[in-house]
Amino acid sequence: MTFEITTRAIRSGAAFAMMAVLGAPAVADDLFYVSGAVGAAVENFPALVKPWEDATGNTVTMVPMPASTSDQFGQYRLWLAAGTQDIDLFQTDVIWAPQLADHFVDLTEAAKDLVPQHFPSIIESQTVNGKLVALPIFTDAPALFYRKDLLEKYGVAVPKTWAELTVSAQTVQDGERAAGKGDFWGFVWQGNAYEGLTCNALEWVKSFGGGQIVEPDGSISINNPKAIAALEQAKAWVGTVSPDGVLAYQEEEARGVWQTGNAAFMRNWPYAYGLGNGDDSAVKGLFGVTTLPTGGDNPTSAATLGGWNVAVSKYSTKQEAAISLALYLAGPEAQKHRALTESNLPTIVALYDDAEIAAGQPIIPQWKDVFLQAVPRPSAPTLGKYNEVSSKFWSAVHATLSGNGTAAENLELLEIELSEMKGDAW
Amino acid sequence: MANSKAAVVGLTLLQQRQRAAFWFLAPMLVALFCVAAWPLLRTVWFSFTDTSLNNLYGGKWIGFDNYLSVRTLESGRVIYRGTLVDPAWWNAVWNTVRFSVVSVTIETVLGLIVALVLNAEFKGRGLVRAAVLIPWAIPTIVSAKMWAWMLNDQYGIINDILLRIGAIDKKIAWTASTDTAMYAVLMVDVWKTTPFMALLCLAGLQMVPRDVYEAAKIDGVHPVKVFFKVTLPLIKPALMVAVIFRMLDALRVFDLIYVLTPNSAATKTMSVISRENLIDFDKFAYGSAQSTLLFAILAIFVSLYIWLGRVDLSGEGGK
Repeated sequence: MTFEITTRAIRSGAAFAMMAVLGAPAVADDLFYVSGAVGAAVENFPALVKPWEDATGNTVTMVPMPASTSDQFGQYRLWLAAGTQDIDLFQTDVIWAPQLADHFVDLTEAAKDLVPQHFPSIIESQTVNGKLVALPIFTDAPALFYRKDLLEKYGVAVPKTWAELTVSAQTVQDGERAAGKGDFWGFVWQGNAYEGLTCNALEWVKSFGGGQIVEPDGSISINNPKAIAALEQAKAWVGTVSPDGVLAYQEEEARGVWQTGNAAFMRNWPYAYGLGNGDDSAVKGLFGVTTLPTGGDNPTSAATLGGWNVAVSKYSTKQEAAISLALYLAGPEAQKHRALTESNLPTIVALYDDAEIAAGQPIIPQWKDVFLQAVPRPSAPTLGKYNEVSSKFWSAVHATLSGNGTAAENLELLEIELSEMKGDAW
Repeated sequence: MANSKAAVVGLTLLQQRQRAAFWFLAPMLVALFCVAAWPLLRTVWFSFTDTSLNNLYGGKWIGFDNYLSVRTLESGRVIYRGTLVDPAWWNAVWNTVRFSVVSVTIETVLGLIVALVLNAEFKGRGLVRAAVLIPWAIPTIVSAKMWAWMLNDQYGIINDILLRIGAIDKKIAWTASTDTAMYAVLMVDVWKTTPFMALLCLAGLQMVPRDVYEAAKIDGVHPVKVFFKVTLPLIKPALMVAVIFRMLDALRVFDLIYVLTPNSAATKTMSVISRENLIDFDKFAYGSAQSTLLFAILAIFVSLYIWLGRVDLSGEGGK
């Protein structure tokens, strides 16, 4: 076995270098990596880890999970509470670190050479009480997708503010409907009562200058006139430029309307870019992306920081190999591979200037602007209560959007609920 | 060998039989204890502690605080906390009761009608009986997901059909709108479980002796009167058992709602909200308290039903 690994390694210079860094394990391990199955992640995984498998002689099996992050979280929490040894590595959402920190291995020491290459804010989001819980493998920040052809047809500029977006969406929608496309809508987004609505609504509120629900110091800021104005703006879309059904849309439903050519604007994550330019897409080559609009007289827009990380289970019996895989997945080679095949945004700063990525996925260097305006969800200040905070927030927003109470009433109530939940401290 | 034989000789035949019966039952009792009683007792225990999912064995006893706690602040204001004063919980209880009563009523009526049709003699009856069962045979997760797509506002087939026949003038967001979410869930549940009710009613109908009908026919009684005066009283015991099975199922409904409208306050049931607390919100003990209440509500309901309806669950028929 060792002989075989050695000959393989000599064949590939890169792999040999990696072996020198990581050290060859004495026995080959078979690792299990669990991750949500979104887009083409499952099909692409074997090719992604092939170089690491060749270099170390270990193998990795991917355990696919549902696309819904809430479903994944529930399952992972059960597994980890039971101390399962079946899964060695978990692909974790950016907001989970404080809630699952106890169950993962501290990667500070192992990743000390890799960490400085990443965006410091992302590393910080995965650090809980000085413990590096997970390593970022790609980041996510949504953008505004717009139909270049239709904006040109109706002589509309790319909107800079939410108010402009509303007007433009209405213009294009009226025009397309008059032309016989009865199912055409101006703007689609994610309005279902779930984590995605927290992301959408946080962007509206923040871009209006209404804070970020719970501020980094732990104070509750959501009940303010700017946040109310932001929600009223969104409420006005439902049933006019956005279908009533948007209140049940997650990412894939919005992409469904968009990709069949039935929407002028869409708010979505970068993965929709690659898929929208696929051969089976009705909007292939017809759309562009830009930063999300700004609200009111606030000068900056906001994009909710998403992204995925890899964490090593402390119950794993193969930790050494698992850590080595985590380092590989968070490293430049794997991140570049992901960027090229899945239009995932790298978390390594240098990759945004990579010529190959710029040629293969021209959108990624553009996304640097989006990313610079990213706003984190309040998972750090609210610690273990984040899920409940988020659920209260999306419920209040969903109620407002569906017409159960005004934005002012619902946010006032939300403020009371959040302060009761907070008590003396989060 | 000789010893055991001597021991057996000392027992009467009845005692021997009882002893044998006990040993045959023992494995089942042990299995039932492990999969039903033990988890239940443990959940009740958790509901009196401050256990969290990250630390299942480190919970401390806190009494009834998860159910109800009263605290007086320094300002003199009294604060009530716990499931029993949680509006979200009572909203879920109300949703569950509403869902159960409406769905079971519709399913019983429709099931009875279907059973009466299937009880009649006609060609291809066996085939129809089998075909009717298909919705019941599909796993709920699969059928719920299927209906979720059919009810989708933009590319769902339901809206398409209704639009084409002119029943609605614009597409309805069935699962998204709080006004229609409960109807959507009810519709899917009725579609799925009517066959089950029909099957149980059919079993009851087939127990009714034919000569009763013949006698009624000879006397010239109107068929509607025959149904209410003869058929219904005779199948009532079977019907009552069918209703309680369905009711128990409906009161703990989870999968259908979790797939179709997971976070909508308009349809959230007791099971859905306790799972949310147990897993998503890391309030494991609080969720356990809600599970315990759910169990208590079911137990009270079943006792009342059996007592008031004088339902015979023993199957011996004597009253």
